[in-house]
Amino acid sequence: MRTFPIGGIHPHDNKEWSKDKAIEVLELPDEAKLPMVQHIGSPATPIVQKGDKVLTGQVIGQSTGFVSANIHSPISGTVTNVDMFPNGQGQRRMMVVIKREGDEWLETIDRTPDHKRECTLEPKEIIAKIKDAGIVGLGGAQFPTHVKLTIPDGQKAEVVVINGVECEPYLTSDYRTMLERAEMVLTGTEIVMRAVGVKRAVIGVENNKPDAIKHLREVIARDGYHGIEVMPLKMRYPQGGEKQLIAAVTGREVPPPPALPISVGAVVCNVSTCVAIYEAVQKNKPLIERVVTVTGKHLNSTHNYLARFGTPASRFFELAGIPEGDVKLLNGGPMMGRSVVDITAPLIKGCSGLTVITGAEAARGKELSCIKCAKCVSVCPMGLEPYLLSKLAKMQKWDMAEEHNTVDCIECGCCSYTCPSNLPLLDYIRIGKQTVSTIVRARAAANNKK
Amino acid sequence: MNLLLTVLTLSLLGVLLAVILYFVAQKFKVEEDPRIDEVEKMLPGANCGGCGFAGCRAMSEALVKNDNIDALYCPVAGGDVMKSIAGYLGKSAADKAPMVATMLCGGTCQKRPKINHYDGALSCAVVNTFYIGETGCAFGCIGYGDCVQACKFGAMALNPETGLVEIDPDKCTACGACVKTCPKGLIELRKKWPKNRAIYVACRSKNRGSVVMKVCKAGCIGCGKCAKACPFGAITIDSYLAYINPDKCKLCRKCVNECPTGAINIKNMERLPKEPAAPKAEAPAVAKSETAK
Repeated sequence: MRTFPIGGIHPHDNKEWSKDKAIEVLELPDEAKLPMVQHIGSPATPIVQKGDKVLTGQVIGQSTGFVSANIHSPISGTVTNVDMFPNGQGQRRMMVVIKREGDEWLETIDRTPDHKRECTLEPKEIIAKIKDAGIVGLGGAQFPTHVKLTIPDGQKAEVVVINGVECEPYLTSDYRTMLERAEMVLTGTEIVMRAVGVKRAVIGVENNKPDAIKHLREVIARDGYHGIEVMPLKMRYPQGGEKQLIAAVTGREVPPPPALPISVGAVVCNVSTCVAIYEAVQKNKPLIERVVTVTGKHLNSTHNYLARFGTPASRFFELAGIPEGDVKLLNGGPMMGRSVVDITAPLIKGCSGLTVITGAEAARGKELSCIKCAKCVSVCPMGLEPYLLSKLAKMQKWDMAEEHNTVDCIECGCCSYTCPSNLPLLDYIRIGKQTVSTIVRARAAANNKK
Repeated sequence: MNLLLTVLTLSLLGVLLAVILYFVAQKFKVEEDPRIDEVEKMLPGANCGGCGFAGCRAMSEALVKNDNIDALYCPVAGGDVMKSIAGYLGKSAADKAPMVATMLCGGTCQKRPKINHYDGALSCAVVNTFYIGETGCAFGCIGYGDCVQACKFGAMALNPETGLVEIDPDKCTACGACVKTCPKGLIELRKKWPKNRAIYVACRSKNRGSVVMKVCKAGCIGCGKCAKACPFGAITIDSYLAYINPDKCKLCRKCVNECPTGAINIKNMERLPKEPAAPKAEAPAVAKSETAK
């Protein structure tokens, strides 16, 4: 069985808590807050004002530039505020607040439940539809999908890789999507293949999800999805990283930034993104909802919800029942998730799960000295030297950090996870990565001026 | 005999090498302005980088080479030393008032309660990459002391009671290392008054007053009372935040009693006595800020 060549760790997947919970449709929120930044790139501009009536699916935030995405209203009602509100990390961001009145949709959206497979659109039309629908990578990176599917001149896509890995512990939203919405995933994959002009697609699924592998294969054989293949991968974190997945599936290594996966002929999409693409292209439905896992060992109940964006995180925690005492709330899983300090923060496009961890699991160990065991080096999936990068960032030696390729770091957290001295390696590497990226960008801008 | 031979050989070798070295030194002599050494001696030799150069040597080279040295200033040495250096070099130095680093956050543990618990790496820069910090204020002091580490003069210390950084104005040289380090941009170099007197708005929150009041009892809510009270027009309000311009301020302290939240801090000065003629509406506000202390 295949996997990526170097590094990686094997944390307990903890998926048993929520993997058997079928996707439930969450009731519509009474009030939805929509941040204007739910993607990588330039923020969207709010095009509605206080007092405006909006319908479900209506554009409320217009994308500004190529690397940007539209924001749509997930509910129908009245805009009550356009102002700065705290996000999950407490930072104040521009948000549009909509108070729900009834459930009226835009008439162009096809809400019939039947599956529509036929797609005769041209690649350009498909990409335009995806752009209008505001689709971003739903695996967590939130990179605008239309940018990914626009193949730069001189390069050619050879294979579409669909990410059904879900290597992050606890989360099961992609798993449930593959089980319950397999037809949508596969039709979405066909549309992506059509958009980038390739005949072959591989869905990578880790071998801890045998049901999903079996179900997808059955549907492929039953409905005759030609050219789509399901590839079981050996379970290993961070296999869901774009570069790791390409290495595992195709055996090719993506060169360091600024090279993109397309330079080795691969286009990668998450399974949930495929569902969104299917709905946008075939049903004219913009991205207004997603499957989100609410999980944790000590919750009263765990769930997989199909929820509209803008639903406050507190609603999910209410339904799941948070245990008493100090808990750690995570937007995402325990490896890459970010702590939520403000539970009024809304659900956004990139949030595949809300995880609650408690007690010793949530606490960090006592920081000790580095014993030069090089465990962090052996687990780094990018072949970097985390102990060194963290030290260089601490000492603010940005030139040396750049020499040692700190910008290649994918922030997977394997180094911090494996460190026997509990050193916060990634915390410092992240600072180094941000600072060096800023320096590199400034230098490039200065060189362009010359 | 052997001994004599050894001594002779080594002495001859020594003389020969000395002669070679002499000619090499003559041939490859580096002409350097002797004034650079002299200027370097006059500088404090802290090598702090406060002037913008890599160290005192680089600064003295720049001082000797540039004709106009108005832009060059050693904050550690201060204006007098700069003048004597300029006098030595026959140039003119710009007049610069001495500065002192000031921490613009008054959100102590009591006034700005913690709402979550952080157990990651103890560094403000790291906290800032994750989220806004342990309190509800996105602009306030994080309190892990990155600036204390950056200070080469031992002028900064973390007060465990207030959770804030305190600056000793006598030790502070205004080199600006802390200003660059603070991820929230809370430290400002302000004019240094005699006897270390100071008056400043200890808040950098650009949030609306209602938001500030929820998270911090010592924050500026942008009410503008201080700006109205200031007879010199030194106070401006921008994005719900008052700022006292130290160049215009005359330390009259009229603004301090006006402030309903006590965000205006004064150092080494007494508050003005409460004016008997003041309108009654303001009296409870003052009393409130005093009891809050």
